[in-house]
Amino acid sequence: MKFIRKQFDSLKPHFEKGGKWEKFYYAYEAFDTFAFSPNTVNEVKGSQIRDAIDLKRLMMTVIIAMVPCLLFGIWNVGHQHFLAIGNPGAALGDKIWVGLVQVVPIIVVSYAVGLGVEFIFATIRRHPVNEGYLVTGMLIPLVMPPDIPLWQVALATIFAVIIGKEAFGGTGMNVLNVALTARAFLYFAYPSDISGDVWTYLGDATPVAGFSGATPLSIGAASLSSGENVVNSLNHFGAGWADGIFSFSNLFLGAMPGCIGETSVLMCLIGALILIVTGVGSWKIIVSVFAGTYLAGLGMNLIGANEFMLMPAAYHLVIGGLAFGAVFMATDPVTASQTETGKWIYGFMIGVLTVIIRVFNPAYPEGVMLAILLMNVFAPLIDYYVVRANKKRRLQRATV
Amino acid sequence: MGKFIRIKKGFNINLAGKAAPKVSSLEHADTFAIKPTDFNGMYLPKVLVKEGDSVKAGTPIYHDKRHSDVVHVAPVSGEIVEIKRGEKRKLLEIRILADKQIEHVNFKKYSVSEITNLSAEDAKKAMLQSGVWPNIIQRPFGVIADPSGKPKAIHISAFDTHPLAPDYSVIFKGQDQYFQTGLDVLKKFTSGSVHLNVHTTSEISSVFSQAQGVELNKFSGPHPAGCVGVQIHHIDPINKGDVVWTVSPFGVIQIGKLFLNGIHDASRTIALVGSEVKEPQYFKTYTGVSIKNLTEGKLTNDHVRVISGNVLTGTSIGKDGYVGYFDNYVTVIPEGDYYEFLGWITPTVKKVSFHRAFGLLSFLAPNKEHKVDSNTHGEPRAFVQTGVFERVTPMDILPTYLLKSIMAEDIDEMEELGIYEVVEEDLALCEFVDVSKHNVQQIIRQGIELLQNS
Repeated sequence: MKFIRKQFDSLKPHFEKGGKWEKFYYAYEAFDTFAFSPNTVNEVKGSQIRDAIDLKRLMMTVIIAMVPCLLFGIWNVGHQHFLAIGNPGAALGDKIWVGLVQVVPIIVVSYAVGLGVEFIFATIRRHPVNEGYLVTGMLIPLVMPPDIPLWQVALATIFAVIIGKEAFGGTGMNVLNVALTARAFLYFAYPSDISGDVWTYLGDATPVAGFSGATPLSIGAASLSSGENVVNSLNHFGAGWADGIFSFSNLFLGAMPGCIGETSVLMCLIGALILIVTGVGSWKIIVSVFAGTYLAGLGMNLIGANEFMLMPAAYHLVIGGLAFGAVFMATDPVTASQTETGKWIYGFMIGVLTVIIRVFNPAYPEGVMLAILLMNVFAPLIDYYVVRANKKRRLQRATV
Repeated sequence: MGKFIRIKKGFNINLAGKAAPKVSSLEHADTFAIKPTDFNGMYLPKVLVKEGDSVKAGTPIYHDKRHSDVVHVAPVSGEIVEIKRGEKRKLLEIRILADKQIEHVNFKKYSVSEITNLSAEDAKKAMLQSGVWPNIIQRPFGVIADPSGKPKAIHISAFDTHPLAPDYSVIFKGQDQYFQTGLDVLKKFTSGSVHLNVHTTSEISSVFSQAQGVELNKFSGPHPAGCVGVQIHHIDPINKGDVVWTVSPFGVIQIGKLFLNGIHDASRTIALVGSEVKEPQYFKTYTGVSIKNLTEGKLTNDHVRVISGNVLTGTSIGKDGYVGYFDNYVTVIPEGDYYEFLGWITPTVKKVSFHRAFGLLSFLAPNKEHKVDSNTHGEPRAFVQTGVFERVTPMDILPTYLLKSIMAEDIDEMEELGIYEVVEEDLALCEFVDVSKHNVQQIIRQGIELLQNS
């Protein structure tokens, strides 16, 4: 360790003021603080000791919470591949290998491109490289379809980091969730690559007879025209090549086509547990998103104008990316509501909007993405009213 | 009569090096200092003595140019050996080489019945000229009280919840009579109540439990329950235009001694605590004692940070500094100027943390006493609102919004968000728990100064 420290110490003067690489100080700082916690001490006046937490550790905790989703996702990409080509009994190792080959390049591209943009901005704008991208860089691959072209990942990442974050002043200032911005960018810029039959990686193989790349959401949307019972359609889907793939229990477990990391509600709940126990993610938001979705689903049942509306409310919780969005996207501390009361409203509205978008707008089956982006925009407004209520209480007290 | 208030939010930082209830006298203490920098809002102190002058305990040393009636006096008798100035001739401290036998300036003595009949105006005059007035702090702003002010209430916090805080029943032992006299005098200044706030879990010293003529309020819960600002918020909050006074128990006793004994008595019991102190205990000495005298031969090693006060709100005064005017204890912790390889991710039970993020395991053993150094454990970053400030602020105040309004220098917003109700110590825990390592207390003071100068 002393050797590494010595290398840093001998390089440091070149990056400090007056050094020949002064411009790149923040790039150097990022590496230095990554390897070593700095030797800075607290100021003369004020808090003389500090909590052992820092932003890096906080972000790392979120990444750890995503690991179950990631590992399951890697297996699932392979599993879906072999299901689709009619070889469901393939060895576990083969499935994981196929998954790794598909998923790892996406992760590498996401991190390399995103961190590249971050470093360039840190150097130009002279601010520290923020750890926020450690999380975003993992979130982006998890919300991508498994066979997304890598150049699209790169493009979406660049767009999201520059327009979604740096344009607003960097981490902590952005209005929209960066990873969702990337996803939304692809959704609107390259719709054919991120909707329709893209959720199963086929490669060069030919799918088995009867294969369909539909998702539960598209089946729900299709019920609007066909008038068939959604639960029936889901239960009968995959007959012959993947029996019961859309049964309620499998929807919960997540061995089905979808984005790389978001299919398994169970894995998301494990992630949620990690976030809540560590106190890193707001349990209020997670709970209220689920509550909002369920209650809105029940509301739809009461109206019951068509088959999608009649789908049992619990199904809304397990189809699409709702669980993943609730746990990892809605809880982003920067773009979520910042007041404790506001968090309840914010989460609840995400749930309600998700169901509304799903049921009433079949053009965009993935309601949760748009619902979170929409509520990101409204979060400051919610906070504004919560803060105003606080001010009012203070004012009333004074006049009594 | 009094209220019972349960504080739920907050955090007790459990540090190693608590003082044993043993009081020794500090025989060899020879230098003392008074420091204008101990007082917030000091405009321009004007020195009234020269180097080489001899003074008695109670001789005026300086006053603020804007408040010439509030004199600051020598805590001990002796010779002025140095008037230390810093950049731009800013007055830093005035050092006094103390006599072996302390002589006092004689002020008027009062009997108990005389005190009862004393007018507020006469009491004020006596307190101003004898130099005990700076004990009275005014909210908002946390500055020395304006003598012409009419406080709506006076608050006294009779317990300290800061890490390693001394036991008040030790340091104020046997001062019952002086404390009561001090209360009787203070009562004259307000038409409202004098609130004496005690903690329920610790044993309440008779000094406080026997006090007459006050509202005795009981608090329970973790730090910052002992911060008087938090107490005021729950008992009788400060609104725009209100003035409230706060006095420490030491200040009340010093006022009592002035009236009963006719002297400015700066003798006090100071605790020397912290993980780097060989035998943490109490010492009898005077306000402003030299750290050298206090710590000589009592520390385990040399690489330390000596803090006048506590680890959350104190001031690092170095190895040859002087204890601050308001401080009942000196904390000595290791200096944390080291690099730590992958320190941001290594799991640890040793580092104390309010958080439970990955690898921060100190919450598993809440009763363990920690040895904490002065390292920042990370580098400054942009605000990331995780809701953690709210969890250590037991007041109906939104700390993040308040801090942001100060950074934006938006005075109306600061007022509406409750800046009148806080001083640094009330939000010191936010600074401790902050993920982004902001200097929260500095920001608060900037905001307060902005208000004062607007």
